[in-house]
This record gives sequence, structure tokens and C-alpha cells, in this order.
Amino acid sequence: MSDNTKNLSTTATDETRLNTAVNIAGVELKNPVVTASGTFGSGSEYSEFVDLSLLGGVVTKGVANVPWAGNPTPRIAETYGGMLNAVGLQNPGIDLFVKRDIPFLQKYDTKIIVNVCGHTTEEYCEVVERLGDEKVDLLEINISCPNVKEGGIAFGQNPKAVEDITKAVKSVAKQPIIMKLSPNVTDITETAKAAEAGGADALSLINTLTGMKIDIEKRAFALANKTGGLSGPAIKPVAVRMVYQVANAVKLPLIGMGGIMTGEDAIEFMMAGATAIAVGTANFADPMATARIAKEIEKFMVRHGITDINEIIGCVK
Amino acid sequence: MDKKIKEQGIITATEQITSDIYGMWVKTAQIAQNAKPGQFAAIYCKEGSRLLPRPISICEIDKEAGILRFVYRVVGKGTDEFSKLTAGDKIELMGPLGNGFPLESENVILMGGGIGIPPMLEVAKQMKGKVSVVLGYRDAENFLKSEFEPYADVYVATEDGSVGTKGNVIDAIKANSLNADTIMACGPVPMLRGIKQYATENGIDAWLSMEERMACGIGACLACVCKSKEKDSHTNVQNKRVCKDGPVFHMSEIDLD
Repeated sequence: MSDNTKNLSTTATDETRLNTAVNIAGVELKNPVVTASGTFGSGSEYSEFVDLSLLGGVVTKGVANVPWAGNPTPRIAETYGGMLNAVGLQNPGIDLFVKRDIPFLQKYDTKIIVNVCGHTTEEYCEVVERLGDEKVDLLEINISCPNVKEGGIAFGQNPKAVEDITKAVKSVAKQPIIMKLSPNVTDITETAKAAEAGGADALSLINTLTGMKIDIEKRAFALANKTGGLSGPAIKPVAVRMVYQVANAVKLPLIGMGGIMTGEDAIEFMMAGATAIAVGTANFADPMATARIAKEIEKFMVRHGITDINEIIGCVK
Repeated sequence: MDKKIKEQGIITATEQITSDIYGMWVKTAQIAQNAKPGQFAAIYCKEGSRLLPRPISICEIDKEAGILRFVYRVVGKGTDEFSKLTAGDKIELMGPLGNGFPLESENVILMGGGIGIPPMLEVAKQMKGKVSVVLGYRDAENFLKSEFEPYADVYVATEDGSVGTKGNVIDAIKANSLNADTIMACGPVPMLRGIKQYATENGIDAWLSMEERMACGIGACLACVCKSKEKDSHTNVQNKRVCKDGPVFHMSEIDLD
């Protein structure tokens, strides 16, 4: 694991030393770039393209107490500037995950953020307890997946349910918890405040927006699940707006995500109030997207004479 | 493990083969050198609103020249964009992806149906032993057929009966009394299901190449799974990843029902 010294890097174009490190609930990320859950597995496939040690953290695909088979195919459909997915949280369950995926990620100098999913409060808590003694830096609690019938979004759309599950998870968690919020609500500041009241250490937003695509040639849904979660640059303005609203409604650090394709997109989320940012769908368009975006953030800093990335967090009021 | 890379290739030639089947030859720095028959590449669109690369099977591999040939059907905006590219254009691609066909067999029948035909061409070229080829088409537009002929005896089945055996590839096997110890096939699921049943009934081994909607192309996103007989090693359920565990599966591995 990395020590907590500041990550100071220099570029060939400017000798100014840049501080790109940010802090999420007491955990220092060497830079603000993490992966968005579900797009990056546990990193092993993408490690053929990206040195994971260049990333602030790896957020794993959601893991449940037992293996989940996920939804029928087709599970994805491209849309204009985005994509719909209804994978349905297929995952190996906590036993195999702990044995295989955590040791893999420990080989890299990056923070390990485990995304936790479940159908019931008990299932979430079981996974969180199992992770208590593992070398995991942060837990991200997925209460916002639109593609499973029980759990997931069912917890994430009701402020009272958000507060209750946050409390329950927090009471058994040994690592700081990040509650992942759904955009499929009338007012996201209500669920954000509920998570804060329940004891969340940080928030991540946004999960995907529920969408639908119909194949007009076949007169059929493009996805076997009928609906899916919309991601990609098509949703970015919605995500930036929600990050801004939540940043002004709670005191918690935020991980912002939703259609980030470039370093400039990442900067936009940070100016709206995100402390860190997650890269998801961009990985499919460019397997090197995460490391590229980290580099592009540095270039933006050099170009604008920013020595500490923390200067820009929430700078647009 | 073979190294996958993403690189910028240069199109050296293009062709329109039928009303909706096109081909292109792409010079790559490394992907062609690493490629095997039955693998595919993820080809990226230039239009930024189309985020996902298109998985296209490799039709021919020229390692010396570093050139891959792709033959694809225009089925949407992405493949329509590809069809408008010309020699000299640059194109981003990632590959080689997937496992490919095993090439050891004494006596093999290669079967391709529709747009499942192109990947079987490089298999035919590299296969050792006796090779027969059975190609299934809708009609008399028998794309690539003549290109198989230097490497194998070629039999055709057409849905409309205009060429060869009227019916499907299994009908053509029966009509021509073809025998083999192994079948290797790529095509739509109903065809693969029929082949699996025929192979099982006749004590023949079969390797089947599957197709599914993909996002990442490298095994991370779990979009392109197919039902497997046994628990998969990746997530411990009965879902194998077409892009990484396949696209070629032994018939006993997958559940096509």
C-alpha cells in the first residue's frame, strides 16, 4: 500500500511541482481519478492497457454476499453519445472476490475501493463485515443500481431508506463508507442529506439514468431487461448539475461521475464540487482513458498555473 | 497470453462485395502479428457520438505485410461509417481479441453462416489435415465462396435454393454425405444449435464461435456473456464471456437451448 506522502509530479513543460493528491474521508488518493464501478471489473483486464498505479483508486465492480448471475442478454445497447446497460450486477460473490481480486489490486500503488451490492440490508452488511479485516481503503455502497429488482435502487430513491441503510452499514463498517446516489429521483439533495444524516463518510454520484431503447426494425426492446442505465457523455450535464447541487447541500466529500471522457470533463466536475472523479464508459471508448485523464488534469493545471488541485474543488459557486 | 493492444491502423484497400457486405484491409503495427484465426478486433468509430467499438471478426491475416482483412455486414450507423472509409484512411482498433479456433484436426468441416462466413476463411487457410467447407447463404450472393476454393472442397446451402442445397448447412452436409471428426462453425445461434445437435448425434466434435453485443471487448464489463454448462472461472456463475472466454467454445461448454 502507498504511504500518505503527497504525490508530487513534474512535467517536462513546466518545472512547477503539482499537487494532485486529494482526500476522501481521510484516505489520500494520489490523484482524483478513480474508476467507475462496473466498467473496470477489478482491474485485471484493464491492467493490460493501464498501469493501475497511475490511478488514485480502483473502484471494483459490485460484489454481493454470494455470486449473482445477472440479467439475460442483450445487456447493452449504444445510444447517441452514450450507452444503456442492464448487466444486473453479475459478480463472483465475496468469497472469490476476497481470495482473488483484493490480492491482485494490492500489487499496485493505488487505493482499493470496493463497491458493495445486495438485495437486503442484511446482505449489504454481511459483505461489509467480511471486508472489515481486508486491506481495503474505502467501501462504496451501491444503493442505486437501476437493473436489479430488489435492493439497489429500491434503497436509493427513498430518503428514509437511504438513511436507514447508511446507518446499518456504517454500524458494521471498519472502513469509511461512500454512498452511491441515484439520479432517478426528484431531488437528489434529499437522498444526499439522508446519507449524511445516516453517517456516510462520502458520496458518489451519479449512477446511471434509467432509460430505454426500442429496435424499430424488430419492434422489440434493445435490452432483454427492457430498461437499462444510461451512461456516457450524453448524461454529463445532468451529472455536473447534480454534483453542484449536492456539494452545496452537504459537507461530505464527493466523487463525481457521469460521462467523463477527458481531463477537461474531470475539471468541470471538480469545479462543480467533486473532490475526486470516476471514469466509466470512457474505458470502453479508450482502454487507456483513466491514465490519460489523470495526465490531462496535470496538463490543465500547468496551463492554468494551478499548483494544488484542491484549489479548484467547488470553485464555481 | 497474447498481447492485446490498441493502435491506429491504416486502411490499404476496401471493397464492396454485395449490397451490404463490405471488406477492408488494415495495416497494423502489431495486431496482425499477434492474430490467430477465429479472433476478432474491436474497431472504433470516428464519429464521437458512437462510443463503443464494433467487434469485427478477422477474415484474413497477412503477418508478413502486417495486414488484417475484415469482412462485415452493414447493420447500423457504425458499420455504415466503416463502409465509407477508403484506402489511406486511419482507423483505431484494439486486438487481437478472443481465443480463436484450435487448428489441430485430421478431418474437419468448416461451416459458416451469413456474416459468420468471413472468419472461417483464415481458418481454412491455416488448417492442417483434410478440410471441407460448408457455407450457408440466404440467396445467390455467395460472397467469399470462390476465395475458399483453393483451400478446400466447398459446399453451399442457400435458403432460397438458388445455389447448392436448398436449406441450411446441416442439409448440405447430409446431401453431400460429408464426414469429419471435427466441425468448426461460426454463424447465428439457431445454426450453431443445429450443428451442436448434429455433431452430438453423429459422434463428431464441434467448436462454435458465438456472437453477442459487446462493450469493453476484453472481459471486464460482463455485457457479452453466454450460458455455460459449468460455472465460469471469472464470476463463478454459469456465464462465460464471449469476448474473452470465447468467442470459440467447445460445444460441451455452452448451453444453446
